[in-house]
Parts: sequence; structure tokens; C-alpha cells
Amino acid sequence: MSAPTTMSSLTAPRGSRRVTDVVVRGLVYLSGVIAVVPLVWILITIISKGLPVILSAAWWTQDLAGTTDRRAGGGALHAIIGTLEIGLITAVVAVPIAVLGAIFLIEYARGTRLARGVSFMVDILSGIPSIVAALFVFAFLITILHFDRSAIAAALSLVLLMLPTVLRSTEEMLKLVPDSLREAAYALGIPKWRTILTVVIPTAFSGIATGVVLGLARVMGETAPLLILVAYARNLYLSPTSDTMATLPTMINTGRDVAETLAGYDRVWGAALTLILLVMGLNLLARWIARAGRLKDR
Amino acid sequence: MTMTVKSKLAAAAALSALSLAACSSTSATTGSTAASSAAPAALACPAGQITAEGSSAQSNAIQEAIAAYNDACKNKAKIEYNPTGSGAGIKNFNAGLVDFAGSDSSLKTDEATAAKARCKTNDAWNLPMVVGPIAFSYNLKGVDKLVLNADVLAKIFQGQITTWNDPAIAALNSGVSLPSDKIVVFYRSDESGTTENVSKYLKATAPSVWTPDTSKAWKGVGGEGKNKSSGVAEAVKATSGSLGYMEWSYARDNKLGIAQINTGSAAVELNSGSVGKALEAATITGTGNDLALKLDYATKAAGAYPAVLVTYEIVCSAGLDTAKSAIVKDFLSYFASQEGQAGLESLGYAPLPTSLRTKVASAVQAIK
Amino acid sequence: MADESSPAVETTDETSTLASPTSPRSPLEAAVSSPLQLDHVGHAGDNSFRGAAYAAAFVVVALVAFVGVFLAVIAWPSLSRNTVPFLTSTVWNVSGTEMAFGIAGLLWTTVLSSVVAMILAVPIAVGTALLVTHYVPPKLGSIIGFVIDLLAAVPSIIFGLWGLKVLGPALGPLYDWLQRTLGWIPLFSKGVDSTGNVLTASVVLAIMILPIVSAMSRDVFRQTPPDHIEAALALGATKWEMIRTAVIPYGRSGVIAASMLGLGRALGETVAVMIILSQTNTPGINVSLFSGGETFASKIANNAAEFDSPAKTGAYIAAGLVLFLVTFAVNAIARLVADRRPRS
Repeated sequence: MSAPTTMSSLTAPRGSRRVTDVVVRGLVYLSGVIAVVPLVWILITIISKGLPVILSAAWWTQDLAGTTDRRAGGGALHAIIGTLEIGLITAVVAVPIAVLGAIFLIEYARGTRLARGVSFMVDILSGIPSIVAALFVFAFLITILHFDRSAIAAALSLVLLMLPTVLRSTEEMLKLVPDSLREAAYALGIPKWRTILTVVIPTAFSGIATGVVLGLARVMGETAPLLILVAYARNLYLSPTSDTMATLPTMINTGRDVAETLAGYDRVWGAALTLILLVMGLNLLARWIARAGRLKDR
Repeated sequence: MTMTVKSKLAAAAALSALSLAACSSTSATTGSTAASSAAPAALACPAGQITAEGSSAQSNAIQEAIAAYNDACKNKAKIEYNPTGSGAGIKNFNAGLVDFAGSDSSLKTDEATAAKARCKTNDAWNLPMVVGPIAFSYNLKGVDKLVLNADVLAKIFQGQITTWNDPAIAALNSGVSLPSDKIVVFYRSDESGTTENVSKYLKATAPSVWTPDTSKAWKGVGGEGKNKSSGVAEAVKATSGSLGYMEWSYARDNKLGIAQINTGSAAVELNSGSVGKALEAATITGTGNDLALKLDYATKAAGAYPAVLVTYEIVCSAGLDTAKSAIVKDFLSYFASQEGQAGLESLGYAPLPTSLRTKVASAVQAIK
Repeated sequence: MADESSPAVETTDETSTLASPTSPRSPLEAAVSSPLQLDHVGHAGDNSFRGAAYAAAFVVVALVAFVGVFLAVIAWPSLSRNTVPFLTSTVWNVSGTEMAFGIAGLLWTTVLSSVVAMILAVPIAVGTALLVTHYVPPKLGSIIGFVIDLLAAVPSIIFGLWGLKVLGPALGPLYDWLQRTLGWIPLFSKGVDSTGNVLTASVVLAIMILPIVSAMSRDVFRQTPPDHIEAALALGATKWEMIRTAVIPYGRSGVIAASMLGLGRALGETVAVMIILSQTNTPGINVSLFSGGETFASKIANNAAEFDSPAKTGAYIAAGLVLFLVTFAVNAIARLVADRRPRS
């Protein structure tokens, strides 16, 4: 311990150990590069083809009425509204169940066998493929109850995908609420349900909101349930019971079936870029809410 | 706003240039330029809104017709067509949800009964409107003209002919040097009316080779299935030595080689004239203004291209709300006009032959 | 359920504003400001709120059960009419009157494409997780992490189009070379002629599951107890040796759980696979990575527009049921592995 030279001779790695370390370092950096390449590649493809399309004002203010695959013009308003509307219906159904489910897991059944069982089921639900969720809604609403395909049917299948995402993030946030807050409320004679609604939930609010926005981001990019449960239309339809409603993913799916030389094909990349902007925007919004929440806590 | 107007003008200019080009390329439609200036005068252009639904095979054609009709009528009426499939179209027409339906096949007896109830005890008519030929497209370097026949096609699709220089193909293409490459077949992996039509054609013309049932799912042997017509077209384009079937429009838009069909006497090229001849050979099975057709796939009529899909508009002969009926009648009369039909060729559809077109047009006029 | 409680929340807000005109500094204060006023509804409120929470939990469990039950109920009539063994047959003929459908080919293609995707994705995901947590400064790490997370924001249909039109053709020469040189191995034998083969689908699936596996690995690596790391470094370990002896053992079960979740996601991925993968109709199972095929999800989605008869629909729903059971098993394993994780 007396001289630095002794130190280095004792600890500095030599020979093969050093080589291994350098090789692994190289591999780790390489993996980072490999992971980023596809994103950059995809984004360049989409932006270069989609940007000219979405820069027109008509893209954001018109539907495709009066245009065809061979006529330029028109916009994606019908699909943007449809995507937002179906997302909204999904959130309205999914969020209350998800938040209450998380409250059950943390506030009422924490540590019990029942909570472990329910928690396991949440994991299973979060692993259900979207196509299975869609088939389930098809089997139940359409085959058994004889309803028609509709925007609501599509939204209900997306509930299955959004519910576990929001439930898990809410659960994590409720876990972070310190017990001292709850105990302080109980000590003041506040009933448990009011403690949850007025102390626990507001404290965890920004985290829950983040989870909701991320859940929305996940379902808005889903295509499979929309293919099965609601038909695409070129015009703006607002009624949630309508059997036709455009969404951005189905707009892409319909548009990809034309030759690359036609105007209709350009709209595919426009819709793709719009969808990515929407989903990424929601992701950024979620980060912003989370950060704003953290800042407020300080 | 100015930008919107500008782009619309540009689009309109592009379209008129397109239809002019289409007119000049074929002799069958000369004179339509003169008709086009007179046509708007014949239209009543009532205001209001109608919705139609059905076959996706005619979707491109009817969207283009709606756009052209709107141009002529300065967007007075709002017409929507949702290509959800023939079954859905007929179902929703019979349920009174849409004002007319597009369908790949004429109404079956039980459907016609339901349609009569929907039209307040008036008959529903099948009006053939859009004719979509099926192209057998190939990608073979150095071969500009390829002739096949039903028997050879069926054998290729059943995996019995596997190379391009097979004697059966060579016999149809004397003087053409065919490579010894494997024939890579592309077909539709999703169930489709196009696949059903190809199997009907092969079943009718080469029943000893094409033994499977006719169905919307492909029943061939070997090959690769691609999703949607665009998937088949792109695969043919990207793979040398390939052969695939698709609607004519996809073959044209992707600039693919299209095989001629030898129906017995001579090779027939796929063009609007040869498709029209096949339709002239079809028999009308409906009565009066109901113009349901029965195609003869095995036709040997000289110069007739046999692999053709006819789609119908299914309308109430009477009984529809008067305001809506007026738009249906006006729009369909434009669609069945020479101008409306001539515009279809640039999209890869064939215009109705004049004899049939005039029958359809007079049926439309008879709608109350 | 939610409606019941919302008026109560509003009342609270009103009373708290009345009690203190300045806005309350913490939610607790707001709640405390008038505790006795609402005490009389406390008990009934507690019971109904508890009921709502239990009901929500029941809904979650019931949904999973319903998915299985409803799929089975709708599939049953078709399964009972099936003329071939459902689990071992590779034929699929459901449009005629005679039903013959089996899932062996679908199961093989689904599992092959997903497992290959997992094999491709996990090393990269672990590598990036290590890079972000232990190699670069935290600030740069969070940027890289964010960029990889953005991959999750790309909708699957975009991956499909990109895989079909851009990635597949780009990998074509590599495929040709692999089939020429390694063609004697059945896994690499000659397959379809286009680039719409299982391997293209796997590469795209790998990119799609990368953000999930990477994000979860990052979380577990970050939780490595600092004293383990310091102990390893104090003993003179190189960075790699520290990672091997401290980070990896601690994070192993987490990475395995993440991989299983990624596998689950790949198994059920629909539209991207449907667009990319060529269907083939050769009898039997295509062993090669270069062959085409169909997965459960792609087969169902490909034909969803033509669910025109109950018998046909039932056959596809039967396939969906098997997919549900497979993903159920994979996710259950992921959960069990994750539960074995040491507590921090």
C-alpha cells in the first residue's frame, strides 16, 4: 500500500483478462449501434416519403372524400379522428377498471394469496396477443350476441390490451405512496375509501396519468383488432356504433394495396408518419407528466 | 385554402390528361372526347347524400366515377362507397342501411326476396357496371410476348408444369426462346374474389387438370402466397421467372408483362376490346331490367378474353326515398354513360360493350 | 362504479376550498381539512368502494377466463366436425362443406420464427442494457435508452411494410449465400424464391421485441446492489469480470423473464408477419428458415375479412385458442421466473 507502482501491479488486469475486457466492451458498444440502426433506417424511410404528404394543410383538415388512389389531395382527418375516438372509448372503459384493480391489489389485498392470483392474471392479460383479444370480442359480440362490427367493438378489444398496462403502472405508483401518509389520514379519522381517493390517488396522480398515456400509445398503433372489428372508410364517420370508421393503421393497410407509382401510395407514408408522430407525442407527453409530477413533489 | 384549390385544379388537370391519353390509345372509345363536353348537360345533379357499400373489386372504379361525377356536378351531392365486401354490402342494403350495393355476384334467390322487402315490394335489379379482367402476369427477361392457354395455366398452378421451357409452353410460343428456369408461382394468401374467379375460370376450361373446388382460398399446388393483390404484383415484379394472377389494374400499374390467352383458334391479348367480346358472348339470366349475367369462361368466340370478373350495382327498381333515388339514378346514369365507362380503362377496368351498356343505361333510366 | 365515487370527490374539493381559500399544499391537508363533516357516509362509502375494487379485480380474472371459454365455445362445433387430427395435421381446408384443419404447420412456423427472433434479440438487448447502465455516463445512457424505447412506438404495420419492401430485398444476397453454403443443414435448406421467408419475419420480430427485452434488462441491471459491484471492483476485477460476477448473476432471472415476455409478444405478432411471410401450400412442415409459412396470428388476420360462415370462423377461432394457450404458458413461465428474482 506504500507505493502506487505496487498498487497497479497488484490490480491492473493483464494479458487475456484485459483482452477479454476490451472485446466485451467492443461487443457492448456494437450491440448499441445494432439496436439503433433499424430505428434510424425505418425513420429515414418514413420521414423522407411521408413528410411532403403531411406538410399540406389539407392533410390535417380533410378526409378522402372526392379523392381516389390516382388523385392527389385530401387528407387523413377521418383516420386521425377515428384513431383518437377509438382510443378515447378504450380509455374511458379501461382506466376506471385498471385504477380500481390496482387499488384492490395495493390497498385492499396487498400480500394476500388472492392478490397474487389476480396479479398473475394481470400478467397473463398483458401477454394476450391483440389478435386473440380481437377474436374474443368477435366471438362474444358478433358470433354470440349478433352485433355488427363497430368502432365500439374495436375499442372493447383494445381495452384488453390497455387494461393491464394501466393497471401495472398504477400499481407501481400506489406502491410508492408512503404508508405514513395513509396512517396520518387514518389517524385523523378519515375513512379508508376517502383516504384512497383524496390522499393516495392524488399523490400518485402523475404516475397514473403517465401510465394511461403510455397505455393509449400502445393501443393506438394496434392494427389487428381494427382489421377484424371495424371496416375502413374514406369518409369521416363519427358515430361509435357505425360499422365503418377509419383509423390510421387501417388507412395504411388499405393504402398499401395500390401500386407505388400512385398518389394513394404516398398517403401510406403520410399516415405512417402521422401515426408515429401521434404515438411518439404520447410517449413524450407521458415523460413530461412524469417529470412534472416529480418536480411538484420536491 | 388557396393551396387546396390549387391542388384540386392540378388533380383535375392530371385526370383529364389521363383520360385523353386513354381515349387516344384505343379505337373503341374514340368520340368520347366529344361526349365528355356534352355529358354534364345530361346530368340532373340533384343535391343530397347517398351511401353505398360492397365489393372491393370495383372500389377503385366507383371511387373514380364518384370523383368524376362530383367534378361534373360541382360536388352537389355527397356519395360514399365503402368497400367492405360483397356480402356485407348486400346485407346492409337489405337491412336498409345503404342506398345501393356493389357485388361480385348477382343476388341469390333468398337475397332477392329480402331485397324486395327492402325496396317496399319492388324488385331489386342487378346492373352489371364494372368489368375487371384478370391478368396472368409474368416476369421473364427477354420475353415480351407470352402465350398461354387454360390447360397450361391449370397445369402450372397444379404443379404439373414447373419450368418455362416445358414443351406445352413452347408449343404455344413458337419462335420464342424460353429459359429453363423454374416457374415461380405467386398467388393470393388471403381469401379473395379474384382467387375464386380464377378457380372458376380454370374449373370451366380445364376441368381435368383443375380438380379442386372453386373457392376463395387458393387450391393450387406449390408456389408462394402473398397478401393482397399488391403483394402478388410486387412479388412478380421482384422475382424473375415468376407468374401470378391479379386484377388487370395491378398488372398495368406495376408495368408487368401480361400473358395472352389462346382460347382455341388464336392468342387473345388482354384489352378492352377483347374483354368486351367476352361479355357479348355472355347470356343475360335476369328478366326485364334485371341484367344478371352468366359468363361463358369456355367461350371460343374469336378475340374474346375469357378470364373476366363482372361486378354489379344492386339497386331498388323503385321504393327508395325520392331524394336519394334521384341521386342514385343520376350517378348511375353517369356511370353507365359512354364517358363514365371510358374513364375506367385507364384504371385497368374494361368498359362495358356498347350493346350491354345501352341496356344498363336504359335500366337506370327506368328506376323510379 | 366510478360514477358512484365521483360526486364525493367533488364535494371534497368544494369543502376544502371553503375551509382554506388558498390552495392546499398537499392532498393530505385537503382531505384533513374537513374530516368529520363526511364521517357519516364513511362506512357505506367504504363498503361500496371496497366492492368496486373487488369487482375490478374480478373483471380482470373473468376477462382472462372468458377469453379462453368463449374461444372454446365458438371453436367447439367446428372442431367436432373436423375430419383430421387438429393438433398434428398440416392441412387447412375450411371453405368447403367438409372441414379439415390442423395446426401443426402453424405451430411450427409460429414457434420457429419467434424463437429465432428471441435468439437474435436477447444478446443485443442485454448488450444495450449493459451499455446504458454500466458503460456510458447516465445522461447519455438515458438518451440511448429513450431512442431504443422509440422503436416500441413504431406501429407493427410499418415494420411489416419495411420488412417486405426494404429489409427483405436488402438481405437477399445474404440469404442466397447462406442457402448455397449451409444448404446441407435442413434449417438452411432451399426455401421460397422471394425474400418473404421465416428469417426475414424473425429479424423484424427481433427488432420489434428489442425495446421490451432491453427496457426490462436495463431495470434489473440498474438494481444491482452497489456493494456487489464495489466488492468486485475492489478485488481488482475488470469491468467485464465485475459484470460477470455481480451484474449478470443478479439480473439473470430478470433477463430470462424479459426474454420470455419478448417471446410471448413475438408469438402473437400479427400484421408485420402477415405482410412479410409468404404462404406456402406444400404438404407437411417446412423445416427451413428460408421457407414460407403462416403463423397462428398471420393466418387468422389474413382471412378475417372472409369470416362468412360460423363453421369457418370456428376453425380460425380454434387456432386462436391454441395461440392463447401457448402465450398463456409462456407468460406464466416468465412470471414464475421473475418471481425467483432476488429482492434488492
